[in-house]
Parts: sequence; structure tokens; C-alpha cells
Amino acid sequence: MKLITAVIKPFKLDEVKNALRSFGVHGITITEVSGSGRQRGHTEVYRGAEYTVDLVPKVRIEVLCEDEDTDDLVNVIVKAATTGKIGDGKVWVTPVEDVVRVRTGEHGGSAL
Amino acid sequence: MPSAFNSGDTAWVLASSAMVLLMTPALAFFYGGMVRAKSVLNMLMMNFIAIAVVTVAWVLYGWSVAFGNVGAGKGGGNGLWGGLHQWALHDIGMGFGTSPGGGAAGGGSLFGTTGVPTIAVVCFQLMFAIITPALISGAIADRTKFVGWTVYVAAWVTIVYFPVAHWVFSPNGFIFWKLHVMDFAGGTAVEINSGAAGLAMALVLGKRIGYRRDPMRPHNVPLVMLGAGLLWFGWFGFNAGSALAANGQASMVFVNTQIAGCTAMVGWLIAEKIQHGTFTSLGAASGAIAGLVAITGSCASVSPLGALFVGLIAGFVCCYAVNLKHRFGFDDSLDVVGVHLVGGIVGVLLIGLFATKEMAGGFINGARAGLFYGGGFTQLGRQAEGAGIVFLYSFVLSLLLGFAVHKTIGLRISAEAEVEGIDGAEHSETAYDWGRLAGSLRTALTDHDEHAAKQPVQGGESVST
Repeated sequence: MKLITAVIKPFKLDEVKNALRSFGVHGITITEVSGSGRQRGHTEVYRGAEYTVDLVPKVRIEVLCEDEDTDDLVNVIVKAATTGKIGDGKVWVTPVEDVVRVRTGEHGGSAL
Repeated sequence: MPSAFNSGDTAWVLASSAMVLLMTPALAFFYGGMVRAKSVLNMLMMNFIAIAVVTVAWVLYGWSVAFGNVGAGKGGGNGLWGGLHQWALHDIGMGFGTSPGGGAAGGGSLFGTTGVPTIAVVCFQLMFAIITPALISGAIADRTKFVGWTVYVAAWVTIVYFPVAHWVFSPNGFIFWKLHVMDFAGGTAVEINSGAAGLAMALVLGKRIGYRRDPMRPHNVPLVMLGAGLLWFGWFGFNAGSALAANGQASMVFVNTQIAGCTAMVGWLIAEKIQHGTFTSLGAASGAIAGLVAITGSCASVSPLGALFVGLIAGFVCCYAVNLKHRFGFDDSLDVVGVHLVGGIVGVLLIGLFATKEMAGGFINGARAGLFYGGGFTQLGRQAEGAGIVFLYSFVLSLLLGFAVHKTIGLRISAEAEVEGIDGAEHSETAYDWGRLAGSLRTALTDHDEHAAKQPVQGGESVST
């Protein structure tokens, strides 16, 4: 099993969510995060005092999946989240040893 | 002396008093939005406590010191203070009289012309006494001991505000009567006075930890705009109420107040666009306040055309003036100097340029028209003199008083408390519960711990339920 983590632009969340649903994914976790990559921040001005905000708001999506679905899911997310401009985000995959469904106690693939 | 109450005038003065009181909570929110989230309650409290402390001081002796000898007649008294014979509003009663044993039958009506009972004027002027020290709090945000501040406010109104109010507002105060300075609603007594004290206190307290290194952006700009809006509303009471009558002068002052707030907002936004390439909300709010500050002294001496210029100039100048603290290296947290001191000076000096004969002649005995209306430089010189005297008196005494409180009771919180947040350190509160989850999680954990502690222990294990 794998954990797919994607950090994307917030306005792309709906598209990614819908694409994942269409693919048959039920469980996703969304977190509001901020970070910095190659996208530069912006400047805010308060009575002449300029503040550079270098951490930009992003959304983190986490999806657990079977090994064989991993590439497809990554592609789905990348396709839905792309704008072609700087700051679109990143997707990465990490191995997962086990998953337990809290309600039933099922393990592994059947817990997804 | 009026033989009867003028109910219209009295109603206007009482309504204005309530409007001016509202300015202090409004100021609290104007300032409160500009500080960081960890300091907002302390900012509100510094202003709210001023309402309580100053009211008590005003009733006990403040009114008497500021207006106590009005009954002596114009030019009477020593010009410096009103004495203590009306302590605790002694013998003022519900009539017009202002001298001891006065009441309705007493000698001399307040300011000679009004049908407003003296106690209503006591109430109106009290609100001015409250907001003036409250204004200072903006210069020392985030780092001032609450007890030290409270004592400072009580002492400051006693030795600075009450005498200055006498000089400027009382018909026998020396700035009003001898120097012929025009200051209708407090350009000197309120704005320059509090601005100079703000500068002094910023110097006494020193810079905030992390000043010009850490971001200290306003935590809630909508709160700033709400506060500014409420201040604007209250300002009509402040300025137009100062006519102490519901008449033509009050109406003209009302209009001038509105005009200056608007042109100053435009002026500030233009200056901001030139300097930083953007129009900010904080700039719009600050600009409006700068214009209202400037028109405070001049609202009864300039024409509507003059008010347009007073506001525009004040907005423009104050936008540049807020950079003074960076240039001179003092930490006036919320720009009391840039907005109130500079705005006050601009407004008071512009009287010397824009005062019209019609407006000026109707107000003070001996007042002259401004330079642009054929009065020459005479009135400009008088205005500068009045502004300078109030600035120097306020700055020097505020500085001495600040050091005195700092060395005895203490005025600055510990570095640890300042970094962690003055709200928690001084008031054991925080303004916002940030964590939707964190709050319930903490409750759940606390409940669990209490629950576990109450369980009977069997065989070294707690019984689960």
C-alpha cells in the first residue's frame, strides 16, 4: 500500500477531489497548509511598513491506495492540479506498512 | 444669563456627550485591530480603564481644575487653573451657575450665552478628558504594565490634561483669552497634547522586542475600519457638540468635520499610491482619522472650502509623517505621533491660513482671519505659539511622569511576557480561541485525566469504563 501526498494550489482542490471521486477513491484527507517552493510570496503594506509573505497558502491532500493504483492516482492528481504556472505544487508517494479501519478492526487492503 | 433651559441645546450636548464617550471604545477597536492577536485585549483594556479612572478623577477634582472659576468671568482668574472649590462637583446642582453656591441662582452662566445646564457641560467635557489619555495608549502598545498605565493615566490627566483644558477651553484660560489662539474642539488640548505624550511615553518605554525585525502586522484590519467608522460618528459629537448649542455654528462645524475626514482619506490614499503603489484599507481608515484630527481645532474657524484643504493637506502630510518613527528610531507602535501630533499641528496651524473673518469673528474675542483671508501672519503666529506651548508642556511633563512611574511602579512588562503575549501575562486571557480541534481535544484530554484520577485502583490497574 502507498500513501500519496499532494501539495497543490487551493483553488485546484475541487477539481482534484472530483477527479479522485471519478476514479473511485472514497477516502481523502485535506489539510490547509502553507509553504514555499519556487513560487515567490507576495508583499503586504501596512502604513508603509512592507511585509513579505514568503509562505503561500496551499492545500495538502492525502490518499491511501493499493500499490497497483498508485501511478494512475498520481497521474489523476497531477492532471487535475496543473495550471502550467509556477507554484502548482508537488506529489509524492510513500510506502505504508499497514492500515486499520477503526470501526471494524480490518487490516490491509480491505481497510482502504 | 439665560432665564430658562434651552431644551434643544441641552439635548444636543447630552447626545454629543454620549457620542464622544463612544469614541473611546471605538479607539480601543481602532487600535486593537492594529496590534498583534496576542495583545488585543490589553489594548482594549488600556482604553476602557481610562473611562473608569478619568471619570473618578474628573468628578473629584478634574472639572474644578479645568473649568472651576468660569464664573469669575472672561479674563478673570489666574488663567492657569480653575482651583478646587468645585471638588466632587460640589454645589453645581442642576442649574446654570458655575460659581460656589451657584446652582440655577448662581452668578454667571457657563461661557456666557448658553441655556445648557452646567452639569451637562461637565458631562460633555468629561468625555474629552477620557479620550485624550486613551489616545496615548497607541504609542505604547504590546509592552505596558496595566497597573503602571492606570496610575499614569490618573496622574497625567491631573497634571497635564486638566490644566491644559483650562488654558485652551475655559473662557479665562490664558491660551484662549490672552494668546487668542483658536482651538474649537481640542486641536491643541486633545490632539497635540496626547500626541506629545505619546512621543514621550514611546521614548520612556523603548522599542518593542523584535521591532523592525519581526513582522508586527495588524491582526484584524476590519476591526480597525470598524473602530475608525465609530470614531468618525463620535467626532460629530466631539466637534459639533463643542458649540454647546444646536445652532448654525454646530451645523457648520458638523459639515466641516465631514468634509475634512473625506478629503484626508483621499489625501492619504494619494500619498500612499505615490509612496507604495497601492491603496490600502488601513490607509483609508488612518487618512480619515488624520483629517478628523486636523479639523478638530479648525472646524469653527474655516469655511467648507477651507475644510476641504485642511483635510487634504492633513491626509497627505500624515501619510508621510508616520515614517518619522523609522527615521528617528522611536517605536510609536500605532503612530500616535504621525496621526495625532502631526495631524493636530497641521490643523491648528492651518487656522492661521484658512480662518475666515465670518467664522473667526463669530468665535473668539480678538481672533483674526487667516493669511489667505486678509488677516496677515498674526493669527498664524498665535496658533504656532499655542501649539508650541501645549507641545512643550505636555512632552516635558509626560516624560518626567513616565520616568517617575517607570522607576517606582514599573511601566514595562518582562521580556518573557512580552514575547508570549501581554494578554495572557497581564489579564490571564486570550482574545481568540484559534483551535477548532485543539479546544475540544484539550477538553477531552482534561476530562479523561480527571476521570482516570477518580477511578478506584484494583491490582495496580485503573478500571476502564
